[in-house]
Amino acid sequence: MSQPDLSKLKKLCSQIRRDIVRQVYNCQSGHPGGSLGCTEFMVALYFHVMKHDPSFNMDGKGEDLFFLSNGHISPVWYATLARAGYFKTSELATFRQINSRLQGHPATHEHLPGIRVASGSLGQGLSVAIGAALAKKLNKDERTVYVLMGDGEQQEGQVWEASMFAAHNKVDNLIATIDYNGQQIDGPVDQVLSLKNLKAKWEAFGWTVLECNGNNLEELIATLEKAKSLLGNGNPVMNLMRTTMGFGVDFMMGSHKWHGVAPNEEEFKKAMAQLEETMGDF
Amino acid sequence: MIKFTSTEKKETRSGFGAGLHELGKQNPNVVALCADLLGSLKMDAFKKDFPDRFIQVGIAEANMMSLAAGLTIGGKIPFTGTFANFSTGRVYDQIRQSIAYSGKNVKICASHAGLTLGEDGATHQILEDIGMMKMLPGMTVIVPCDYEQTRQATLALVSHIGPAYLRFGRPAWPILTTGRPFTIGKADRMVEGKDVSIFACGHMVWQAIEAESILAEKGINAEVINLHTIKPLDVESILNSVQKTGCAVTCEEHQINGGLGDSVAQVLGQFHPAPIEMVAVKDSFGESGKPLDLLKKYGLSPENIVKAAEKVISRKK
Repeated sequence: MSQPDLSKLKKLCSQIRRDIVRQVYNCQSGHPGGSLGCTEFMVALYFHVMKHDPSFNMDGKGEDLFFLSNGHISPVWYATLARAGYFKTSELATFRQINSRLQGHPATHEHLPGIRVASGSLGQGLSVAIGAALAKKLNKDERTVYVLMGDGEQQEGQVWEASMFAAHNKVDNLIATIDYNGQQIDGPVDQVLSLKNLKAKWEAFGWTVLECNGNNLEELIATLEKAKSLLGNGNPVMNLMRTTMGFGVDFMMGSHKWHGVAPNEEEFKKAMAQLEETMGDF
Repeated sequence: MIKFTSTEKKETRSGFGAGLHELGKQNPNVVALCADLLGSLKMDAFKKDFPDRFIQVGIAEANMMSLAAGLTIGGKIPFTGTFANFSTGRVYDQIRQSIAYSGKNVKICASHAGLTLGEDGATHQILEDIGMMKMLPGMTVIVPCDYEQTRQATLALVSHIGPAYLRFGRPAWPILTTGRPFTIGKADRMVEGKDVSIFACGHMVWQAIEAESILAEKGINAEVINLHTIKPLDVESILNSVQKTGCAVTCEEHQINGGLGDSVAQVLGQFHPAPIEMVAVKDSFGESGKPLDLLKKYGLSPENIVKAAEKVISRKK
């Protein structure tokens, strides 16, 4: 992998954060908290780590694939896809509005480029990603499949069915990441339903587990590079990525309250004042 | 007139296994997934000859359904195999989001459906699956009647693009469709008649054929239509028949709510109002027992179809 252009990637992060807040503000609904927390991750994947083609074909043969299991953080994915050239940034203005391809949760139904399966109902994305990874192996396609899940999502039983399957079947062309921000809708994950030792759980299920700070671009990219270097050795790889929900907007940071709430006009202005416009707003 | 002698019996699930094995030879993109029911679903031959394309997922049906959705990304044609109960009710949300809403080319193949599963009892005798699956936008629903039709339906699924549900069963059942063509969405008129139209699917086609013989002895000339595809429904064949006979009886191993009868009634209500009687399970769960004893107890025997036919004929104006 080439050296990351950190200054360019940081500019993208700032602009995409603006895009996230604007999307959610425009329609007064959506999920800013997790979106802001995962901005570095999306930028790292789409602008440095993955080989992918914005002209988009569903099968993605010869490309790295990304699946978003925690579909509610669609604002960050849509902004990233638009900034990567999958569709025009002006389309971000249609987020969650009637007749839009940018559904509240990601969907293939309206044929939005970049989306390969619907998500939103939690717990399914890892399984889908494993299926796509198996298809790559059958097709002798050596590219990698990436998937992002939430930490609250770890409460879904299907995640553990999939975890067991991937380890047993040596799905070693897969890098999963958990957005480990410690928050879910009803409060801190530890209070709603504790995950206890999540690292030990994944290791016990047979995965190679890495950890990183997902809001530190350098550290995140180094971790994803390490994850890639571990592929092909019989184990799927898990990246436990610590993030801060709402990262980049001070009053949204670190609280579950901004999981799924839109800012009002005053809050919108306050948020925008904290995020530099680097590439032109939509 | 063709007589259905019904001498040879075979399981519909064996028809699936045979069809799947043929598909393995025909199409390198066909992949089979199984949730710890290899023998029950008769997938052994596929596994033996195409081990790289056979995926054992263990007792984890939710994972299996989403995995199948993922396999389509890259051009695979996944066929999932487990019991009908675990193919639908247990994994409805996975099917709805990852397969149906996402428009994935997954073939959900479901055995041990209905009362004729027998001794395992109501936990496994799903009677709601046709309803659940036909409600999903874009989902094709096929309920073949015997070994041969299940084999043919399995073969037909590979060139049918889009999600599909194939429902079959456990017991050995008379083979009625040897030499009869099968097309998804095209009803098969097995006996021509003029007094009443009997629409049946799955194992109930045999019961309808038996009922037709009893009715013939009573001087009633029944038409028997094998409505193996519940969705998309062959509206034209239904209307052509009922316009001639003036009344309809539907027969299915399913709840009266949401099944084949419900679909036929919808067509008649909209396009050709006519009396209809439904031979189906009347809002109850099943129980353990032998298949034919259960059909009798739950009102799904040939005698029940005869009574329904006589009643519906008497309701004609």
